[in-house]
Amino acid sequence: MKNSKLGMAAYWAVVIISLVIGGYGLYWRLTTGHILANYGQLITWGLWVAMYIYFIGLSAGAFLISALVFVFHVERFRPIARLALFTALISLLMALLFIWFDLGHMGRFYEVYSRPNFRSMMAWMVWLYTAYFVLLIFEFWFESRQDFVRCGQEKGGFNGFICRVLALGSKNTEPEGRERDERVVRVLGAIGLPLAIMFHGGVGALFGVVAARPAWHGGLFPLLFLVAALVSGGGLLMALYAWLAPNKGSEEYKSLLSDMGRLVLALVLLDVIFTFAEYSIALYGGVPGDVLPLIEIMSGPFWWVFWIGQIGLGMVVPIILLSWKRTSSSTFWVGIAGMSIVLAFVGVRLNIVIPPLSVPELQGLVNAVPSPRMTTQYIPSMMEWALGIGIVGLGLALFAIGYNLLPVKPRGDKEVMS
Amino acid sequence: MPKWSMVIDLEKCVACQGCSIACRMENNTPVATPEEAWDGREIRWNDVFPMPRAEVGDYPNTKTHYMTRPCMHCENPPCIKVCPVQATFIDEEGLVRQNYDRCIGCRYCTVACPYAVRYFNWYAPEWNPTIEQHLNPQEVSSGSGDREGPAVRPKGVVEKCTYCIQRLDNARQRAEAEDRDFRPDEYVPACVETCTGKARFFGDMDNPDSTVSKLAKSERAFALLEEVGTHPKTIYLQEGE
Repeated sequence: MKNSKLGMAAYWAVVIISLVIGGYGLYWRLTTGHILANYGQLITWGLWVAMYIYFIGLSAGAFLISALVFVFHVERFRPIARLALFTALISLLMALLFIWFDLGHMGRFYEVYSRPNFRSMMAWMVWLYTAYFVLLIFEFWFESRQDFVRCGQEKGGFNGFICRVLALGSKNTEPEGRERDERVVRVLGAIGLPLAIMFHGGVGALFGVVAARPAWHGGLFPLLFLVAALVSGGGLLMALYAWLAPNKGSEEYKSLLSDMGRLVLALVLLDVIFTFAEYSIALYGGVPGDVLPLIEIMSGPFWWVFWIGQIGLGMVVPIILLSWKRTSSSTFWVGIAGMSIVLAFVGVRLNIVIPPLSVPELQGLVNAVPSPRMTTQYIPSMMEWALGIGIVGLGLALFAIGYNLLPVKPRGDKEVMS
Repeated sequence: MPKWSMVIDLEKCVACQGCSIACRMENNTPVATPEEAWDGREIRWNDVFPMPRAEVGDYPNTKTHYMTRPCMHCENPPCIKVCPVQATFIDEEGLVRQNYDRCIGCRYCTVACPYAVRYFNWYAPEWNPTIEQHLNPQEVSSGSGDREGPAVRPKGVVEKCTYCIQRLDNARQRAEAEDRDFRPDEYVPACVETCTGKARFFGDMDNPDSTVSKLAKSERAFALLEEVGTHPKTIYLQEGE
């Protein structure tokens, strides 16, 4: 198809441009360290930390949705289950790259393994991600094993070679083998489910435990993160399926997409409740440490990130598109609703990380250092953007390569193996 | 076991910045360029700065309030809880220590410290040649050769006031060399030693007869952000009006 070729060309053009920009960012990051970054003494974490929790949220969300199929046997979503696993893997890699580049000493990350402090949420994160990464690889392998074998036998060339390598010498394509694989996947999924809840709830706790930042500190944060993960991961999978499904136009495609739409709509509504609870209670209490960051979010220079991004694209647009009959039955608009959520959560994550850091706990601290950096002003620098764009580009490239070489494409029901 | 504590009498402080300079020289804190300072990236383990609405009273009878801010060496330090690699830790004498060789530069401690006294090394340290020849050569080790104290910090790690922990080492070694018991009053951080107005006191909070113990019972005594449960061991004495 002409259209899809054009689309692919555009996709790869975006990827290559992102990688070139990313190369520039990488060069400056590696040669100058953090000097060119715009985060500083007061706003210590910036774009990269926000992007880290964004992608880790997408990963957790996509994984939890795959667990619907692999653990809870919601066969309805079987066609996207493997795509969900693959998406979880790629987003995890992107998240880890972001947080790795944020370290002052990238070469010392092994210290978290060799001398962990298990009172630190961050140490827990690293250990849980490692377990999750290993689990994802195994779960993905067992889920795809027979397809690797088949593709290795049927296809020649590079793709066949990759499949033969990934099959790891396995030859079995019998139904009994598939049954065993499914049992393994079910067990791994059942282990992964609490793991994903722990590590993403844990990222929420990483912020929630910091008593020095009242806007973070509290028991709602881990739950808020889990809901955010489900909404953003669900939105992403919905958009991916809307565009990538092989059987567009079929009844089955439409009905699966509309089911996903309903699921995501419910999750968005849950997110509305959580967000409302967080904001309304803090604002009602009126304690400056709680309120000032929220006022900064809602009426500061970046008010639009909240009102247009978080509320508009993240809540109003998907709620309308997914509940109004005319749009909720249109696969195009359901896809747009998914994209809208995916985009909005960039803003959600930025607003979680940055504004609460902009209000120092210690009154008068701004007087201690006569610098414009001791204010609420933080805009990521060119280097931060460039490296960030590069990591996103790398993620897109890995996704496209994996999508083309590995058996992860969404399926029509008839293709699903019984 | 002594529990080291500092008391700062704000009434006596003349804001001469002597403590800040002594701290810099003792602990090899690099001098910041104006650009680095403008970016808010200079490292100041100890500084004296005017409070907001610092000037009170009507001209010409005005008064300026100053504050100074070393590490609080909290008894319940939020920074050590969050450090993923045990690069910062509290020792049995209550000193909150920082290991430069283990720190991975994640800045979680900087985020968690409500006093904002933890500083990230954005730049590789630089001094003018004269100062560079007179750097404090001491290093404190937390075992396995890891560096602490005034040891020159590499780019990308976090550092903070150590209550001049190297001086505790020195005092202990001196006592050992002279074959006698170490006395707590032999250990004095540089800022306390140099303080022009004798506004700073240092000693063992566990000894009820020490100066710091007595001063901490003063009606004027307060700690910063007492409500956040960190229990600072740096204690202030309020200014009289």
